[in-house]
Amino acid sequence: MKSLSFSARDLICGLLFIAVGLFFGIQAYGLEIGTAFRMGPGYFPLVLAAILVLLGIIVIVQSTQLEHEPMGPIAWRGLLFILPAPIFFGLTVRGLGFVPSLFFTGLLAAFASTKMRPGTALLLVGGLTLFSVIVFSYALGLPFRRFGPWLGM
Amino acid sequence: MDLLNNLALGFATAASPWNLLFCLTGVLLGTLIGVLPGIGATATIAMLLPITFQLEPVSSLIMLAGIYYGAQYGGSTTAILINMPGESSSAVTAIDGYQMARRGRAGAALAIAAIGSFFAGTVSTVLVAVFAPPLTAIALQFGSAEYFSLMIVGLVSSIALAHGSVVKALGMVVLGLLLGLVGTDIYTGTPRFNLGILELSDGLNFVALAVGVFGIAEILRNLENEHERDVVIKKVTNLWPTREDWKAMTAPILRGTVIGSALGILPGGGAILASFASYTVEKRISNTPGEFGKGAIAGVAGPESANNAGAQTSFIPMLTLGIPANPVMALMIGAMIIQGIVPGPNVATEQPALFWGIIASMWIGNLMLILLNLPLIGLWVKLLTIPYYMLFPAIIAFCSIGVYSVNSNVFDLYAVAFFGLLGYGLAKLRCEPAPLLLGFVLGPLLEEHLRRAMIMSRGDPSTFVTRPISLILLLLAAAVLVVVLLPSIRKKRDEVFVED
Repeated sequence: MKSLSFSARDLICGLLFIAVGLFFGIQAYGLEIGTAFRMGPGYFPLVLAAILVLLGIIVIVQSTQLEHEPMGPIAWRGLLFILPAPIFFGLTVRGLGFVPSLFFTGLLAAFASTKMRPGTALLLVGGLTLFSVIVFSYALGLPFRRFGPWLGM
Repeated sequence: MDLLNNLALGFATAASPWNLLFCLTGVLLGTLIGVLPGIGATATIAMLLPITFQLEPVSSLIMLAGIYYGAQYGGSTTAILINMPGESSSAVTAIDGYQMARRGRAGAALAIAAIGSFFAGTVSTVLVAVFAPPLTAIALQFGSAEYFSLMIVGLVSSIALAHGSVVKALGMVVLGLLLGLVGTDIYTGTPRFNLGILELSDGLNFVALAVGVFGIAEILRNLENEHERDVVIKKVTNLWPTREDWKAMTAPILRGTVIGSALGILPGGGAILASFASYTVEKRISNTPGEFGKGAIAGVAGPESANNAGAQTSFIPMLTLGIPANPVMALMIGAMIIQGIVPGPNVATEQPALFWGIIASMWIGNLMLILLNLPLIGLWVKLLTIPYYMLFPAIIAFCSIGVYSVNSNVFDLYAVAFFGLLGYGLAKLRCEPAPLLLGFVLGPLLEEHLRRAMIMSRGDPSTFVTRPISLILLLLAAAVLVVVLLPSIRKKRDEVFVED
């Protein structure tokens, strides 16, 4: 007997489609649906959500038939350092101000690579910060506070 | 003559010193990012979008357009020299271009690519100028049913162009459409899908989505396995093609220009499809098909002309209808809206200087590219040797600054991180981001026109097939969908996409 085997990639993909479809579908169901003549805010999203769920099911059905290929490595280190970088910038740009906030954001991102050495990183990010301050703050005049209230300035 | 007057107005606008400067900045920046790995035109334009607020509308659009076609030139350079297409549309160029370079003919390959692109750019700019006004006139008669059907064509074509599974690409379009609906319902003002988050009531930020899905996700993909790129480039000499080269390239350039111009107009189509189509045609009609893959001149000249022609004519649906043909055009529309211009058929009549200025600047930009890039080739080659880990911290920093400066809203930065994660996850699942972005941009428009068309027809859905233009568009969409689903063509398509 041949056992059913799923491609992990397609299985996850199908489940994601179904989950997102259900999420939007349930939310849309709570809105006014209306009729085809006068569609309410929920009509179009509900149709789309149903299509997405259907597509998710098709992807899962197909996942049993196709040849499988491995997912490949996942950039854990990248995820750990890259994703927090814009969040850190968001959390500190008002409090710390543009200059220190950008410096630490760049530094955080720099360590996503295994090849980056601390000395190089400091030099690179220092230059990057200087460049950004000159271009964005002075030349383009974007309305950022260069140093923020947390620093007592 | 109207056309000449309009072109004169366009050149007067585009040739002002200020606009020339922005055009130059755009094409240089475009070439730079086309050459550098790991950052494409879409992410760059998304990053720079907020900065262009400070500029005049026409200057900002000229610069953004310059980045777009500059990136095509830069992408071909890396495709030829190191077999790494900087942009997906130059993937085909890498096949024969790189083989030419390995035979010591890198200079000739670069020159052929540049000359082909310039010729195609010139012809297609004229085409845009000739066809945009009559199309605008037709577009003015479009009702909601026609707009709806046209957008369906665009979305379906974007599926045809995605790599891999058609079902997944369709899923990406639907996901994009749904994400585009987050915010507030335009007809009733009912908030929807905002999870109670106040910042979401105006919808998700387009720039944050584009930067996350294209910029951040791409960086994460590049960090998966950091291997040294072995950049062994011989000194590029002998740029000028020989007499035999000229003979071999003329016909492919002409054919490539025609193919590219035609396919570029299709919403959702454009440069990528054009270069693949041209390569297939050249291979089929060649007397020596065995040469292809081993450094055939026609395999460089044809696709390069086609992708540049396609890149130019993809402005037609954007300028005349306000419908984006690809993610870059979607960003240009975003830029127009931010500048207070409503994209659509009225732009040509209400803002003639802007409309014709952009068209004229395309030709000027192409001229700058050919004049600057061949002499600067040594500089671009040097840039290729910059290691990736030196680049991405700067990309992250510029992304953060760019997104924050749109609305000075820190929530958008959290959205960037979220969409970066989403984009990376989708890439791991082999789902393409381009249909998602197109769906996101068109989502609200599609719903609006669907609802309006249904109200106008008193709830009768046959309005979409009884109006002739709408019917033709829907049949076109159906044809495209059938074609991509046919097993034999699917196999061909997979073969073609295997190359990159």
